[in-house]
Amino acid sequence: MDFQTFLQQFVNALSLGSLYALIAIGYTMVYGILRLINFAHGDVFMVGGYLAFFGISSFLIPWWLAFALAIVLTTAFGVGLERVAYRPLRDSPRISIMISAIGASFLIENLAIVLFDARPKAFPVAEFFAKNYVIGGVYVAGISLLIPIVTAVLLAVLLWIVNRTKTGMAMRAVSTDIDAARLMAIDVNRIVSITFAIGSALAAIGGIMWALKYPRLEPLMGIMPGLKCFIAAVVGGIGSIAGAVLGGLLLGMVELMTVAFLPELTGYKDAFAFILLIVVLLVKPTGLLGKNQGEKV
Amino acid sequence: MNTLLTQNDTQRRDRMLTLGAAVIGLGLLFAFDSMFDRFTMQIFKLCAINVILALSLNLINGFTGLFSLGHAGFMAVGAYTCAILSMSPEQKEANFVLQPIMPVLLNVQMPFLPSLLIGGLLAGFIGWVLGVVTLRLRDDYLAIATLGFSEIIRVVLTNAQTITNGSLGLKGLPRFTTMWWAWGSAIVITLFLVLLIKSTYGRAFKSIRDNEIAAEAMGIDVLNMKVLSFTISSALAGIAGGLLAHYLTTIDPKQFIFLKTFDILLIVVLGGIGSITGSIVSAIVVTVLMEALRFLDGPLNLGFMVTNGIPGLRMVFFSALLMIVVIFRQQGLMGTAEFSWNSLARIGLLPKRGQKSGKGVE
Repeated sequence: MDFQTFLQQFVNALSLGSLYALIAIGYTMVYGILRLINFAHGDVFMVGGYLAFFGISSFLIPWWLAFALAIVLTTAFGVGLERVAYRPLRDSPRISIMISAIGASFLIENLAIVLFDARPKAFPVAEFFAKNYVIGGVYVAGISLLIPIVTAVLLAVLLWIVNRTKTGMAMRAVSTDIDAARLMAIDVNRIVSITFAIGSALAAIGGIMWALKYPRLEPLMGIMPGLKCFIAAVVGGIGSIAGAVLGGLLLGMVELMTVAFLPELTGYKDAFAFILLIVVLLVKPTGLLGKNQGEKV
Repeated sequence: MNTLLTQNDTQRRDRMLTLGAAVIGLGLLFAFDSMFDRFTMQIFKLCAINVILALSLNLINGFTGLFSLGHAGFMAVGAYTCAILSMSPEQKEANFVLQPIMPVLLNVQMPFLPSLLIGGLLAGFIGWVLGVVTLRLRDDYLAIATLGFSEIIRVVLTNAQTITNGSLGLKGLPRFTTMWWAWGSAIVITLFLVLLIKSTYGRAFKSIRDNEIAAEAMGIDVLNMKVLSFTISSALAGIAGGLLAHYLTTIDPKQFIFLKTFDILLIVVLGGIGSITGSIVSAIVVTVLMEALRFLDGPLNLGFMVTNGIPGLRMVFFSALLMIVVIFRQQGLMGTAEFSWNSLARIGLLPKRGQKSGKGVE
């Protein structure tokens, strides 16, 4: 393998990893605040892709408007999901909340099969995204070039929100101690809604970019990326935004580089994430950037 | 003296009732065996397999309070192990058309029972390894690790062409799972679990579920108990997988996707997380409903309009049902309650405990 091929793979991995990172942030934020694995996050991602598709194909609006509308609607969808499926169970045993999350995920998937049709749909990709560019001998599709840039910009905005605004401060407070935060007059429900809004918006953007990169929509398309991105969040250290990004990039690298260097393992590609998870859990259970929190009595 | 007698009375009554119920149950099984047509029989057998699956998931989720999502994976291990061990060499050669099967496996052929048990043991062993690795950590990680494991199993089954025949699957397995095998296993496993739950182990599991820290303070080896419960649960799932393989007679990796685990979870939640009775009733009801509601996927006449077939509507119904139960009635059908003759007496279907001798005192 020469340097050129390596560079090509590196660019591909960077693009895939950024996409993973974007979705992983949604998991890590919700987990940080509610200690809940939002199993339906991958399905929110799928809904984002489909809404953009229907905007372009059924309502024939320009792609940029369709994308914007899809992001707004998906955000509302994510917030509504939290209201309906998670909020009534906030004080229930953890196992009930997890079952609710899985049930919600399954309901969304089955509704998608009924409403959107189980047959895969081809996502219309604008010329601008599909065109290949050659940079320093490396071929990059427009969208693959765009993904890391979008991710970096969104990450900067997100870090600014979390670290510099009052809402962000409230979020950090809720994630440290939800009861103490309530005593400090923080409206916990509002903060949880905002967290879900941000996570769902990022998932929608991720879903649209995924559809542009792999232009094929299926009702169950969210399951695999959802699982992998949750793993990315755990690997990076769940609850940490920087960790989610690191985990996403690492996962993208591991997947593409292993396939590039050991082509005979291509069939096992989807298993890498889980092996990475088990290795990280064994070596450093809190994840790469995670803080060690003692179990509270 | 009086209460002692009363208790003896109740005990004798319960024993007689249990014996009677067992005889009636056996009679019913014989009657069903000769009465039902093939199609009904298939569903009846599936009920038994789902009873085993629901009970095994309930052991880990309901009684130990851990969340495992790997049942599809453990079933796959049991199903493939049992199938490969029990198929004849000719059948294997006929199946493995792309690449021949590994020579070691070609000539192995065992009767059904040992194959089934080995499948269960292998699934249990994998569960043990997974449990030792992940149960040291927070409980959520078990959910993700088991989910991940079941996906890894599927990827391995799809790619290990010389062992599993890859995505082509295995066809023409002998139809070993008769009604007697299915219900026999279900009954044996139910009895085993009832005894297990009543034993000190079962009490340890429940104490971990209710309060892990308190359990540890009472001297319970929390980690080992969790691992034990998870191992037993995985092994039972493996056995159910073996039964399922020889019930369907065709297996391929796609059958063991994550959604299979979801079906079992649905049964457990509807029946009541932590109730053996609930799981059994719910397994039978859900299995029958899954068949009975098939019409939802076909064309529907709503009175004012006729829809074309909507495939998937049936599963929407079940997932919506699950959500409604989790949000509005978390305890499901039974909560953590169990069936007993006394509970029948309490609602007035049987004479109350000590009624006869109670009058004598006055």
